[in-house]
Amino acid sequence: MAHKQRYFEDVEVGQEIPPLEKHPTTQQLVKYAGASGDFYQIHYDKDFAIKNNLPGVILHGALKNAFLGQLMTDFAGERGWLRKLSVQYRGMDQPGSPVVCKGKVVKKYSEDGRHLVDCEIWLENAKGEKTTLGSATVMLPSRHPED
Amino acid sequence: MANKYVTEEAKKQIGKAGEARTIEVERGAIRRFAEAIGDPNPLFNNEAEARRTRFGGMIAPPTFCRSLSAAIPDVKLDMGESFRGLDGGSDWEYFEPIRPGDRITVQTKIADLRESTGRLGTMVFITTETSYTNQFGQLCALQRSTAIRY
Repeated sequence: MAHKQRYFEDVEVGQEIPPLEKHPTTQQLVKYAGASGDFYQIHYDKDFAIKNNLPGVILHGALKNAFLGQLMTDFAGERGWLRKLSVQYRGMDQPGSPVVCKGKVVKKYSEDGRHLVDCEIWLENAKGEKTTLGSATVMLPSRHPED
Repeated sequence: MANKYVTEEAKKQIGKAGEARTIEVERGAIRRFAEAIGDPNPLFNNEAEARRTRFGGMIAPPTFCRSLSAAIPDVKLDMGESFRGLDGGSDWEYFEPIRPGDRITVQTKIADLRESTGRLGTMVFITTETSYTNQFGQLCALQRSTAIRY
């Protein structure tokens, strides 16, 4: 694993989730279309996209969902577990322009012996506009598992 | 005010389920998905490293489920042929990891139909719920997604 395991006790409300920057390209959109089976042409056929009143090909919402999933599985680490992930698409993103996944911890609590952390997450474009909003809940290991 | 498209008759489609489909998860498909989204996490890419974790082997990244699609029940609304579609978003819940070799049964049903009138005119929100269940009958993931027609 690239990162040291994060424990429940290490997390505080208000804490920032380490951001994840992505540089989507048209090649990535084609790879994602192939891997996911979503072959809607607005994601790889520029003429088709323009005919549909789009500025050009745009990112699959689902790819942005996957980026935010990565933000959270990195945060949870191999001993954590992503329990919930929600995304709402608010704006389009185009390949060739970087996007950054960000988030912060909004709540931490224990229930039924599980240590849970709720986070507010989002994806920003290069102008700092939030084009995807979301939330996530991760289960983290405790340094005192018998508590 | 009566709904324009999501009429009482149209609402009878809520609960309608598409045909279930069972798909075997290939290790290469997990790796290709992880590569496509640009996620180098060894859990999704490297069997040798993943074996040293509590999972005991590779697992699929959270949104890999999208590649395991089943038939989406057809929603009939009197909107003509020229409506446009948008992906509104998704809510996921994860219960069990999905592993190479798993046989996942996927089924999608219509969970909700709503409409509202705003900037783009009357918009219809179609919420589907998809369940992903493994060969042991364990629910691995639940996905609720909203498609918008306007």
